[in-house]
Amino acid sequence: LTEHLLSVVVFLPLAGLVLLVAGGRGLRDDAARWLTLLVMLATLGVALVIWRDFDTAAPGYQMVDEAWWVESVGIKYLLGIDGISLWLVLLTAFLFPVSILASWSISTNVRRYLGAMLVLETAVLGSFLALDLLLFFLFFEAILVPMYLLIGGWGGDRRVYAAVKFFLFTMAGSAFLLVATLFLYAQASSLTGQGTFDLRALEAVAGSVPVENARWLFLGFFVAFAVKVPVFPLHTWLPDAHTEAPTAGSVLLAGVLLKVGTYGLIRFNLSLFPEASRYFADLVSILAVIGIIYGAICALIQSDVKRLVAYSSVSHLGFVVLGIFAFTQQAVTGGVLQMVNHGLATGALFLLVGMIYDRTHTRELSEMGGLASVMPWLLGAFLFTVLASVGLPGLNGFVGEFLVIAGTFAVNHWYGSLAAVAVILAAIYLLWSYQRVAFGPGREEHRHLPDLSGRETLVLAPVLALLLVFGVFPSVVTDAIDPAARRVIDRVQPVDQPVDLGPPEGVEVAEP
Amino acid sequence: VIAQGTTPVFTASAILPELILVGTGLVGLLYEAFSPRSARLTHLGFVLLGLAAAAYTSTLLWGWDGEAFVLGDTVAVDRFSVMARLILIAIALVGCLFYTSYAGRDPGAYRGEFYPLVMFATTGMTLIAAANDLIVVFLALEILSLSLYVLTGITGRDRPTEASVKYFLAGAFASAFFLYGIAMAYGATTSTKITEIANALAGTTGEKALALLAMALLAVGFAFKVSAAPFHMWTPDAYQGAPTPVTAYMSAATKVAAFFALIRVFDVALQALAWDWTPVIYGLAAVSIVLGSVLAIAQRDVKRMLAYSSVAHAGFILTGLTSPGALGIRSAIFYLIAYSLMTLGAFGVVMLVAARDEDRTSLSDYAGLASTSPLLAALMTVFLLSLAGIPPTVGFVAKVGVFTAAIDAGHWSLALIGVIASVAAAFFYLRVIVTMYMREPEGDRREDAEGWAVPRATAVVLAASTLVLGVFPGLLSAFIEEAAVLRW
Repeated sequence: LTEHLLSVVVFLPLAGLVLLVAGGRGLRDDAARWLTLLVMLATLGVALVIWRDFDTAAPGYQMVDEAWWVESVGIKYLLGIDGISLWLVLLTAFLFPVSILASWSISTNVRRYLGAMLVLETAVLGSFLALDLLLFFLFFEAILVPMYLLIGGWGGDRRVYAAVKFFLFTMAGSAFLLVATLFLYAQASSLTGQGTFDLRALEAVAGSVPVENARWLFLGFFVAFAVKVPVFPLHTWLPDAHTEAPTAGSVLLAGVLLKVGTYGLIRFNLSLFPEASRYFADLVSILAVIGIIYGAICALIQSDVKRLVAYSSVSHLGFVVLGIFAFTQQAVTGGVLQMVNHGLATGALFLLVGMIYDRTHTRELSEMGGLASVMPWLLGAFLFTVLASVGLPGLNGFVGEFLVIAGTFAVNHWYGSLAAVAVILAAIYLLWSYQRVAFGPGREEHRHLPDLSGRETLVLAPVLALLLVFGVFPSVVTDAIDPAARRVIDRVQPVDQPVDLGPPEGVEVAEP
Repeated sequence: VIAQGTTPVFTASAILPELILVGTGLVGLLYEAFSPRSARLTHLGFVLLGLAAAAYTSTLLWGWDGEAFVLGDTVAVDRFSVMARLILIAIALVGCLFYTSYAGRDPGAYRGEFYPLVMFATTGMTLIAAANDLIVVFLALEILSLSLYVLTGITGRDRPTEASVKYFLAGAFASAFFLYGIAMAYGATTSTKITEIANALAGTTGEKALALLAMALLAVGFAFKVSAAPFHMWTPDAYQGAPTPVTAYMSAATKVAAFFALIRVFDVALQALAWDWTPVIYGLAAVSIVLGSVLAIAQRDVKRMLAYSSVAHAGFILTGLTSPGALGIRSAIFYLIAYSLMTLGAFGVVMLVAARDEDRTSLSDYAGLASTSPLLAALMTVFLLSLAGIPPTVGFVAKVGVFTAAIDAGHWSLALIGVIASVAAAFFYLRVIVTMYMREPEGDRREDAEGWAVPRATAVVLAASTLVLGVFPGLLSAFIEEAAVLRW
């Protein structure tokens, strides 16, 4: 079983779905919830075992699980993990049980909801672990349907619109991914005489693909992932989807699904098309910087707190993309770290916004206020998360942003400086929104709202604890990321490396 | 047209499946003439026996070691035709099962001729896939077409009759084009035999200008039959007007038969002209995909929507065929199997939803289906996702296959058109899912198809196959690989 650990972690949630379906109508809602939670906790357990067995020093793919799937056309069932995917798998396995716990109170079509969550987990984990391009595409597409059902079935007032928009945007992006994948397959088979979707084999022949073709292929892959991330100007589905999704849906969208896009950029765009990556680096970086600033400004003017958090994701994910396309050790490692951090911090923000909404039944900032005195614990947790998201040293947000900005600055002062400006904007919109929620005159009908319940504490505590742990000990994460990031950068920029600015781990986080 | 002046040997074993199918049909006709009208189950049982025998004799031909061409070289005995037979017999089986429940609803509406007509149509279809002579292709085409015209109008109500007449007129046009194409091909090569045409065109004896004209005319004829745009006009009317079991049967079976014949004519007879016909196929594919997807968006009737989607799917199959040779043929065969599964399933669910009232096929009739009939909603979702090409369904694998073939032949722009149109198509497939899952049911909340156990079970089997083949397409690839070899 140990050599198939990755398969186990991917398909364990699906096995849970089988149990859920087998239970049928005889399974009571509560039992279904517990069953799902236990399956997801077991998945988390397996992910932790993978972490334990993972060799941090090795840069390549580990625990590879390989078998022919459709041998006649060269499609493999191929899973593998490296330092980058390791943390995304851990993040995913962690956020899913948290989301289930957070949506315990959902009472309509419970089994359908839980089933969609389980399918979604398998699809996301599969996306992070698949090393066969077609297998990856399969998981990548499979994310769509359950997420679509989650938004459309349990979302807000404009849920159908948001769900369809989400589906069509992402599917339009992946249309290009599919054609690019098949085109790459045709290229590889004309170069080597052997068609394959195996990422490792394709990396080996990627250098021989004609430059012109490689650039087109890069664009095909890029569009698909840029929609998912989302990179400006392909982000317009995100505010709608995040706002209309149920709380757990928003947590997973922001926490995990967006990372599939940034992960794809590193794993496929950078590894497969190094020359094209360098060629398009400036274009992508400029789009990323625009996204960072634009997202921040949009967040600044939102009156709906959930939409505000959604736009902040556009801004934060811009940092990740900027870091990835700086091609320096610091920036790429920082980008991956930022993916994990953003997943936790924004996930927590959506959880908190959801909890506040459950009580006040409004997401309008103007209709809140003075809640800090009513619900001190809830608002305390909110402040803690806001500070982490803003990048307060000592909490997790700081390290990733710092690494990205420092790593980018070494390559291009402009990008670095502009990105730094956005950090200030983030402080403004997040702290300002916190102020409007927490302080000021309270409303009469909010006077007797209950503070955190036991279940909600259980949901938040582990997330907040990790915000602190990753802030103080970022090396827990970066140790595994570094070799993998190094390997990617070496592919993109084999020769010239900019001057290294001190220890890349960025452990000196005490005071800036 | 019998060449070499030799008397052809009557090799009955090579066309045993066809003989059994025709025999079943003829006996069925007699039976209907002399039996009480209510004997549909008996008749069904007899038909099932006939289909089983035809399927069994077809499988025997898989290992055929006699002559490659029999009956005066007019019929080819190869695995390509066996594959076609098996697919078509399976489709006929599903069609008959659907009809038996459908007709059981209203004993007065039962028409016993259904089964013989399906047998005759199936005979024409299996024959067209095996034909090695354009004349036989034409005869088979007429057998299947005439049977289908009658089937379309079998209930005798107004709308089916109208659909039947429209289908007949368009089909007559197609036949004329086709026949003229045969004449041109004969003019170009002095033969109507597919293999001899291939040899003549590959050598120097062929008249190229006439051959090109023949190719164009045959392409138009086939385009009508597979409902490729812009020759698809009859499709929405015929599909919507025909009784749903007939729609299910003909949407799957006609496409399979016509495409198998198209493959043999283009990939064998006109192989030497591949450079000239790939642009034609490319154009038909692109127009069909775009037009089918775009027009489907505007439809409010599910049967009509599925009809337009079948136009788009004809385009996808043609996309695979823009790659001449085995790769393209394999992708097309796989797509045809996939398409048959999902279209039979989708129309099956349409029939079940409209079990109480045949006109309940508009989109609004699907509102809240997930709560009134969770099984039907789930099945429909599987079929629609497969039609949209979303993994892990067979529709996705099939699309990957045809796009791979097209890209391999250098037509990556067609693949791009295909995937972008798929996004537009996803919109209208999704709309049905939205309606089923996210809208409240209107009016009567009663379960529609109480007791239609057989079509239900059939639809479940089809959905399961859609998913299993979506995850393990390799189950079929060995057979398809063998079937995609065309000799001459």
